[in-house]
Amino acid sequence: MKDGRDSFSGAQRVLHWLMAIMVLAMLFIGVSMVSTLKPSFLILIAIHKPLGIAILALAVLRLGVRLRLGAPPLPDDLPQTQALAAKLSHVVLYALLIAMPLVGWGMLSAGGYPIVLYGSLHLPAILPHDDQLYAILRATHAVLAYMFIATILLHVAAALFHALIRRDGVFRAMAGGGAHN
Amino acid sequence: MSEEDNLTRQPPLSPSGVAGRLAAIGGVVLASVLVFAYVGGWLGPDRLTPTRMVAALSDRGGNPLGHRRNHSKGMCFTGVFKANGAASQYSVAPMLAAGTYPVVGRFAIAVGNPDASDIMGRVKSMALRIVAPNGQEWRSGMNNSPVFVVSNPRDFYELTLAQDIDPAFGKPDPGAMKRFAATHPDSAPFIEWAKTAPWTTSWADEAYNSLNAFRFIDAGGASHLVRWSMEPTVSPTPVPHAALALMGTDFLEHDLVSRLSDGPLTWHLVVTLAEPGDPSNDATKAWPSDRKRVDVGTLIVQKAEAEADGPCRDFNYDPTILPTGIAVSDDPLLPARSAAYAKSFDLRTAEAADYPYSPRPTGGRP
Repeated sequence: MKDGRDSFSGAQRVLHWLMAIMVLAMLFIGVSMVSTLKPSFLILIAIHKPLGIAILALAVLRLGVRLRLGAPPLPDDLPQTQALAAKLSHVVLYALLIAMPLVGWGMLSAGGYPIVLYGSLHLPAILPHDDQLYAILRATHAVLAYMFIATILLHVAAALFHALIRRDGVFRAMAGGGAHN
Repeated sequence: MSEEDNLTRQPPLSPSGVAGRLAAIGGVVLASVLVFAYVGGWLGPDRLTPTRMVAALSDRGGNPLGHRRNHSKGMCFTGVFKANGAASQYSVAPMLAAGTYPVVGRFAIAVGNPDASDIMGRVKSMALRIVAPNGQEWRSGMNNSPVFVVSNPRDFYELTLAQDIDPAFGKPDPGAMKRFAATHPDSAPFIEWAKTAPWTTSWADEAYNSLNAFRFIDAGGASHLVRWSMEPTVSPTPVPHAALALMGTDFLEHDLVSRLSDGPLTWHLVVTLAEPGDPSNDATKAWPSDRKRVDVGTLIVQKAEAEADGPCRDFNYDPTILPTGIAVSDDPLLPARSAAYAKSFDLRTAEAADYPYSPRPTGGRP
């Protein structure tokens, strides 16, 4: 497929769209829970932690699949700056998919919080209990979240640009709809 | 029809077609930003956020930077909880099974100024973190009042505003609390307690109450609505309020250290089981006094340490951090406490420079 495939594999598409839903849910849950005192707070935070770990696991899997299967080539006529932006934004997205859950996990560790997935299912601390470390990671978690939202919006805008204006098959490579090798 | 045919057959877009589609893409992005902003509370100025709550708590005098934004003045303690196993029929919580479990706790007074005089401590508190061998934790924050002052976060916010320093007076508006009481009849039982309960010079002779209701979950999965209290074994020595003014600003700390130098202090953890109809979601209402009470274990406080370098400093005593076998009730104060404590913790850990660790011989921070 590295040789001439014009579309992502089925596994890659499933991973992409599944994780798109999970990550968007995660970001909405995140900005929502830090701004409410209502009972939804406890429900949202109880979803946030296991969902974050699930995203981490899928992100590692997805990175492996991507390194193994690669991606369809971008159109030859795509301007170099756009091609570079596309590559860079994908690197950023992969980095955030892995960094966000790790920072969250590390932050709870440094904050001395138990890391509860569900019931008695706990994760171990990955960093020492340290308030200075916690403060840095807590701020990082928020900054990365806004970066994530911005990068996803850029990604969506670029995807729609390919779909609606360039109409060059890049959108279809992930969206499906009749694209074949 | 292959992808290629499909692509080559698309007629080029007119300039206005391109503009329209670009506008549509911009619209999608803008709408997404707006939805995020709405969900994040930036578009609803009336929303009571943890940030607003904690800001109100931070404006009650003194300099709270680096400190908890409520119950700001306190002292760490360490000890053990010895469960007698009597709670095991109601809850599978590992630290309620017969055994001895380590505790890191904190005594405090419910003030916003970390340098307040202890005479301001009408409400005294005990916070606990009990750890089970499997790593599960039970954190709790309890007050010496028999009921809480409000039943919901919005009322607590209004109460806090009434305690905030009013620039016109240089202290809280003297009329604000009266107005609050007049408009919040639910607060009457607490206010009656605050007016009439005896004052003492110690943290050791107080009972500390969960106030909020929780659920114990037993081995069969059945749920039991409970409240709990730490009952003192030291009998209280009432002191006229005026006499406290002569005792200096830190008499609670001195009393605790002095008592512990003579030996450990103990409390009994007594769990009260609700009957049908007892409110689960209103901490301003006491349950009838004839409810079943079970002594489930003994808290033994062995050592007290100043908070600045103490083991409780960097814990958030979020009362919703619970082991299996204990769950929150539908009391709306519990999620609000969790969210607001988290915000307070986030702020104070980032402000550690404002609350330095005790000076070392080198003069620097560790």
